[in-house]
Amino acid sequence: MEPIKTFTSKTVVLPTENIDTDQIIPARFLKATSKNGLGEMLFSDWRFNADGSQKPDFALNKPEAKGARVLVAGDNFGCGSSREHAPWALYDYGFRAVISTSIADIFKNNSLKNGLLPIALDAATHAKLIAAPGAEVTVSLEAQTVTFGAGKDQITAKFSVDPFSRYCLLNGIDELQFLLSKDAEISKFEAGRG
Amino acid sequence: MAPRTLFEKIWDAHLVSAATADTPAILYVDLHLIHEVTSPQAFTWLRERGLKVRRPERTVATMDHSTPTTPRGKDGKIPVLDNAAAKQIAQLETNCADFGIELYALGSEGQGIVHVIGPELGVTQPGQIIVCGDSHTSTHGAFGALAFGIGTSEVSHVLATQSLLQNKPKTLAVTVEGKLKPGVTAKDIVLAVIARLGIGGGTGHVIEYRGSAIRALSMEERMTVCNMSIEAGARAGMIAPDEITFEYLKGRPRAPQGAAWDKAVAAWRALPSDAGATFDREEIFDAAAIEPMITYGTNPGMGMAIGAKVPAATNPTLEKALAYMGLEGGQPLLGHKVDVVFIGSCTNSRMSDLRAAATIFKGRKVAPGVRALIVPGSQRIKKAAEAEGLDRVFAEAGAEWREAGCSMCIAMNGDQLKPGQYAVSTSNRNFEGRQGAGGRTFLASPLTAAAAAVTGKVTDARSLT
Repeated sequence: MEPIKTFTSKTVVLPTENIDTDQIIPARFLKATSKNGLGEMLFSDWRFNADGSQKPDFALNKPEAKGARVLVAGDNFGCGSSREHAPWALYDYGFRAVISTSIADIFKNNSLKNGLLPIALDAATHAKLIAAPGAEVTVSLEAQTVTFGAGKDQITAKFSVDPFSRYCLLNGIDELQFLLSKDAEISKFEAGRG
Repeated sequence: MAPRTLFEKIWDAHLVSAATADTPAILYVDLHLIHEVTSPQAFTWLRERGLKVRRPERTVATMDHSTPTTPRGKDGKIPVLDNAAAKQIAQLETNCADFGIELYALGSEGQGIVHVIGPELGVTQPGQIIVCGDSHTSTHGAFGALAFGIGTSEVSHVLATQSLLQNKPKTLAVTVEGKLKPGVTAKDIVLAVIARLGIGGGTGHVIEYRGSAIRALSMEERMTVCNMSIEAGARAGMIAPDEITFEYLKGRPRAPQGAAWDKAVAAWRALPSDAGATFDREEIFDAAAIEPMITYGTNPGMGMAIGAKVPAATNPTLEKALAYMGLEGGQPLLGHKVDVVFIGSCTNSRMSDLRAAATIFKGRKVAPGVRALIVPGSQRIKKAAEAEGLDRVFAEAGAEWREAGCSMCIAMNGDQLKPGQYAVSTSNRNFEGRQGAGGRTFLASPLTAAAAAVTGKVTDARSLT
C-alpha cells in the first residue's frame, strides 16, 4: 500500500445510487485466496457481456476513462456485503479515491485500510462532479479537500476523515502494527475480566 | 451513572482503551466467527508476520459460502466439484489446524451457516461483542450482543490481537408496537422497516429493536429481524435479552452450565436499556399495519405490501432497477410468474421457517416448471427437520431438500438462477445478479415463498387456506 498525500486525476462517473459490493465484485469471484489481480473482475457484470466482450456504453469501458484514479458515484456507495474484495478490486484497477454523498460503513472501513480514500461530499458539490465526467480533480488528504474547475469557477470542498485512518494513509502505516503495540493494554483488559 | 442503552453498556464493558483525539476506541472481541471466503488472506498476513492467533478458544470456524449443498454421494460425503471452492475449503482446514481453531467442517454434525451455528451452539451470548467477516453478523444481536460484520483486514486484527479499532456509531431505536396480523411474520417486519428507512437510512447507526411486537417474537424470529439490519445500512441490530433469550440458550452445548449459568443470567438481566436512556434517533412502527411484504427492485429497501402496485420510476435509480427486473411502474406483483423458489439463508433457514413453509407445501405440489430449493441453515436443523418429517413433506411436494449452507443466497456454490429467471427468495439481498448473473429476485417470507412454489406465481399465502 502506497501512502496517499495529494494527487490529481480525471474522474469516471457512475451516477447510479446505492452501488452495492455485489456489483463492485460479484460473489463468484470471491473464491480467490489472495487479494491481487481482482481489478479484472471489477464491475464485471456491468463491464462485460456474458461472452466476455466489453459493453461499450459502460463508463469504465470508454477510452477517456483510461487511467482515471477517482471514481465519482451516486449516493450510498458500497452498501451490502462486507467483502474487502470490493476495495481490493477498485485499488487493483487503479482507483485511489471514491467520491459520493455517503459511503456505506463497512466499505468505508475496508477502503481506509487499503489505500483507497472514501470521500463523502456535500450534495451540491457532488452534483457538479456527477455532471462533469472526466473532470480533473485534485484530492488532498493532507488538506482534506477536493478541488476542481478553473479560475473563478474553481471549487474546493472539504471532506472529513477519521484522524487515525488519515494518519495511517498519509504514512503508509497499517493499523495492525498499532494494535500489536497495545499488547500490554489488551493483556491488562483480559486479566481484569477474570 | 446516567441511563445507558443496551449498546452503550456493551460498548463500555469492552473498552480496552477509550477513543482519544487521535485514535479510535480499542474494543475487545468475545467471539470471532470465521468462514472460508473472507479469512484466507488474513491467515496469510499472520504467517507473513510470524503472528499467532491470540485467542483461538474465542474463535469458531465453519464452511458455508462456497460450499455446495448438493445431496451426499454414496460415500456419505458432500461432493465439491469446483476446484477454487475446494482449494478455499482445504485452506480453511489447514489454517484452523495450524492455528488451533475449532472447525465445523463440511458435512460434519455442527456445520452450517455461520450465523445459524453460533446461536445453535450457544457460543452467541448476551452482552458479547461478536464479529465475523460477513455483514449478516448483525444476526447475533438478537441475543442482546453487539455483533457486526468486518472486512478481512479486521479479521486479521482480531485473529492477532482479539481487538478492533472502532469509531463509536450512533444509536437508532426502531420501535414496533402492537400485534401482528395472522400471516404476517418477522421477515415482513424487517422488510417494512427497511422499506421505510431505505437501504442507506441506518448508515452510521446501531439499531435497537424495541416494543411489544419485538418482545413477542421467538429467538428465531428475532434473528430474522436483526439479520437484515445491514440492509438498511446499519452495521448492527440488537434486541434486549429476556426470558425468551435465556430459555433458548439454556442447556446449549457451549452456554454456561450450573452455577455459571445463574451468574451469567444475573449479569444479562442488567443489559437492557435503562429507563430514560436516549437514542440519537427513533422510528416507530405499528405492527398491526404491517402486511406480508415483497421487494420489487434491486435493493432490499425497494419493498412493498404484497398486494400493492410497483411504484412509478420517478428517478434514474428506480428506472434502472425496474428495467433490470423487467417490471413497470403501476403493475401489481400478485400473479407475476415465478421460475425458482429459494427457502434458506442466514435470514430464514431455521426450524420455524421450515415449519412455516411446510404448512403450505403439505398436501400440495410444486407448480409445473418451478424449481423449489429448500436449504436448512445447519446440519443440526437438517437432522431435526428430518426427525419431524418435514423433508418428506417437501419431497412429496416435489421440492429439493439440500445439505446446509448459503446456497442460492450468494450464487458462489453451484446453486444459482439462470439469466432472466424470477425467484421468490427468503434470503436477504435482491441486488442485480446476487442469485446468479441476470437473475431477478423478489425477497419475501418463507410463507410467501412457499405459496409462490405451489402456485407458480407471486401469491398472498393467506389466500391458500
